[in-house]
Amino acid sequence: MRKLALPDEILMQVEKPARYIGNEINAVMKDKSSVDIRFCMCFPDIYEIGMSHLGIQILYSMFNSWEDVWCERVYSPWTDLDKILRTKQIPLFALESQEPVKSMDFLGITLQYEMCYTNILQILDLSQIPLSAADRDEKDPIVIGGGPCSYNPEPIADFFDLFYIGEGETQYRRLLDLYKENREAGGSRMDFLKAAVSLPGIYAPLFYEEEYYPDGTVKGRKKLYEKAPDTILKEIVMDVSDTYYPVKPVVPFIQITQDRAVLELQRGCIRGCRFCQACQLYRPVRERDVEILKKYAAEMLRNTGYDEISLSSLSSSDYSGLDELLEFLLRECKKKHINISLPSLRIDAFSLDVMSKVQDVKKSSLTFAPEAGSQRLRDVINKGLTREDILHGAALAFEGGWTRVKLYFMLGLPTETEEDILGIGELSNEIAAVFFDTVPKEKRVNGRVQIVTSTSFFIPKPFTPFQWARMCTKEEFIEKAYQTKRGIMAQLNQKSIKYNWHEADVSVLEGVLARGDRKLAKVIAKAYEKGCLFDSWSECFHNDIWMDAFAACGVDPDFYTTRERGEDEVFPWDFLDCGVTKEFLLREWKKAMTQTVSPNCRKQCQGCGANRFGGGVCFESKEHICDEN
Amino acid sequence: MKIRIKFAKYGVMKFIGHLDVMRFFQKAIRRADIDIRFSEGFSPHPVMSFAAPLGVGMESMGEYLDIEVNSMTSAEGMKNALNREMTEGIFVLSVSVLPDTAKNAMASVAAAKYQIFADWAFLESGVDPETETAAASGFSIEEAREKLAAFYAGEHMMVMKKTKKGERELDLKPGIFSLDIQEVPDPFQDDAERYPAITMLVDASSSGNIKPSMVFEAFCGACGAVPAPYSYRIIRIDTLMNLAKEGEAPAFVPLDYCREPDSSAPGRPEEELPGEVS
Repeated sequence: MRKLALPDEILMQVEKPARYIGNEINAVMKDKSSVDIRFCMCFPDIYEIGMSHLGIQILYSMFNSWEDVWCERVYSPWTDLDKILRTKQIPLFALESQEPVKSMDFLGITLQYEMCYTNILQILDLSQIPLSAADRDEKDPIVIGGGPCSYNPEPIADFFDLFYIGEGETQYRRLLDLYKENREAGGSRMDFLKAAVSLPGIYAPLFYEEEYYPDGTVKGRKKLYEKAPDTILKEIVMDVSDTYYPVKPVVPFIQITQDRAVLELQRGCIRGCRFCQACQLYRPVRERDVEILKKYAAEMLRNTGYDEISLSSLSSSDYSGLDELLEFLLRECKKKHINISLPSLRIDAFSLDVMSKVQDVKKSSLTFAPEAGSQRLRDVINKGLTREDILHGAALAFEGGWTRVKLYFMLGLPTETEEDILGIGELSNEIAAVFFDTVPKEKRVNGRVQIVTSTSFFIPKPFTPFQWARMCTKEEFIEKAYQTKRGIMAQLNQKSIKYNWHEADVSVLEGVLARGDRKLAKVIAKAYEKGCLFDSWSECFHNDIWMDAFAACGVDPDFYTTRERGEDEVFPWDFLDCGVTKEFLLREWKKAMTQTVSPNCRKQCQGCGANRFGGGVCFESKEHICDEN
Repeated sequence: MKIRIKFAKYGVMKFIGHLDVMRFFQKAIRRADIDIRFSEGFSPHPVMSFAAPLGVGMESMGEYLDIEVNSMTSAEGMKNALNREMTEGIFVLSVSVLPDTAKNAMASVAAAKYQIFADWAFLESGVDPETETAAASGFSIEEAREKLAAFYAGEHMMVMKKTKKGERELDLKPGIFSLDIQEVPDPFQDDAERYPAITMLVDASSSGNIKPSMVFEAFCGACGAVPAPYSYRIIRIDTLMNLAKEGEAPAFVPLDYCREPDSSAPGRPEEELPGEVS
């Protein structure tokens, strides 16, 4: 019988012990004496969030398909177990073997959002691994980060030995081989790190020093190891049909956030919304072959027993095989009573028809993401959706029986005026009016329509055209939310509109960490030391402690947010190359200021630079060209 | 067709709660490609019901779940197909085809048999709750056996039961059908050892369910001992229904007692019969 790391009395007193026992269907067990490399993959948030992440499932299945590697998982212990592990000095363990993370060769940490940074320190701390990479010795695992936040790794650079920039499928095999070779040759940890940076996409922060101007902005980087590369180009899988796919994903016992089989349609997005980081990071768009996806869907359902499958991608409506795939899934899933969870699709007659087949129209809601309240501001952010699209889509939906509409907007976008903010209420109102115009009184199911309008606060991210933008202060954000609220209250149909908005202070902190530099490492460490953990959980977020940490470290958070950055400013992430050039981003930034839209990749190439990867949408044959926006 | 599945749950799986075990079986049944019947309506769900939820932390050799299927090859085939889809700590003991007239598992439950494996040292190291000092002295299994007999011989067995509204007094005695210490094997260990276990047959019906831990704690209390939390294992040995008619003495049999004569499922091993059928 497998022995657990935690005794019964601990497991019985923590919430959801199933988070810590492993043993799930499709979890991979190996004989540790028969493998050369132990890799522990970490999502630094609770089990239910981490297990919902497709990226880890992909890498887990890839690593475990290699005979010489055993990849295991670890997630952040919730605060109840956190306290117990600290008091009792129990080292954090991997779920499969239940052995200490500390005893592994690698600890891989995925960086999906900035607000998980204190959780990274928790993982290291509970694993009894020194927080700072400089303090680690030969016994400690190599700590390697990856995922979207590794595109500005500098605020957390001190805590990592390596970062893997880009998609994991391409270089991990070579990295692990280098590790084995180095160990066989009796090489040290430092020897391995030096060898690792010879691989494309691998960044070792300790080989560089960030240098600053007196005003605090980045002057440049000094190399401490001459063979370390000056710039690092992201790694990318060009043939996404012929690569690893987790057709046997781990199936949790407890309900997780995304508790279903996930089918990844494509990577990247053709749209080019100027606030969106994912769109730039995953260029160029690469589609998976629809026949392969059908096969994966069938295999995944058979291997997991899930009763639901969801499609995953940015802007799924742009996937060229969508109609064929959905028809296949509708046919297959109906026979087997499997639900299809649809991603946010562009609302048109086709998508409404599909939705009415897989959802209970009376209970489900439709989602539009206009992001900005006026056409002017939507042009600034290059959001192709027009007022007509939305009203027409809403009319179709109301005719089809839907009565609930969700709207997503952002507040604090560059050039935003009061008029744009009031536009949010006006658009919400117009949609409600469409309902009353379209649906005759006797046909109104519940007699009314429900519009849920939500706003989040705009956070400029690296590698977007808005990376130069000023971010609002907390006070400005709150005022904007009130303006939005007042705007909605002034509408004729205000009783049909419900308004939700995000917390402002956590958005401001996210903005600091997103575009921060190495000076922030000590602030993050200080905040963690003072008790910050699970900052993305509103019940755990303590802005006051963070502000104390900034003060204690003598770092001004406003420096990173409320300052519009000059065109020639060197950014902390400029040494990374995501494929898209800084010139292109700057061109887009200037076009934004003149409210000029850029057509999508299929309509007209904007010369972003991603065609250097030699594939994807950049080289599609012209038959593929879509006729809509 | 109505099917009753009997399964065991032990080891790491004891931390998986009832609802999650239900979801586990839903998925396992899909993976095993069992032709389960779905309910009607807009969102059809597999027709499936459990006999008696098992508390988190407890192990069991006698869990039951009813499903309905449209078709099947054989009970043995279904058992094997399901066992290929299990994970460590859970396995299917038997699959039986029920007569169409059979009551569902949950409505049938009348009693349950439990064994409690305690670390007997607790009786020595236990702390007297009043004086907060070590209890007077330890005692042997033989003494424990006598104490348990004396405890069970009492006319009432009053305990405080926590409810939503607070606490109320409850007499456990009428719900306990037998209580003693037996030398038994650990069902989840491959050794030939026998261990002393407090063995009890108690009411498990929806109206009078008795938790084995309450009986155990009441007994410990009567001995002046307080066991350390989670220092003892509770195993549900089987879940039983009552074949007796109204007014007759109870005749408890396991829930898979009635079985189609032509079913290919193996017979229930004799030693597992609690022997309560008079």
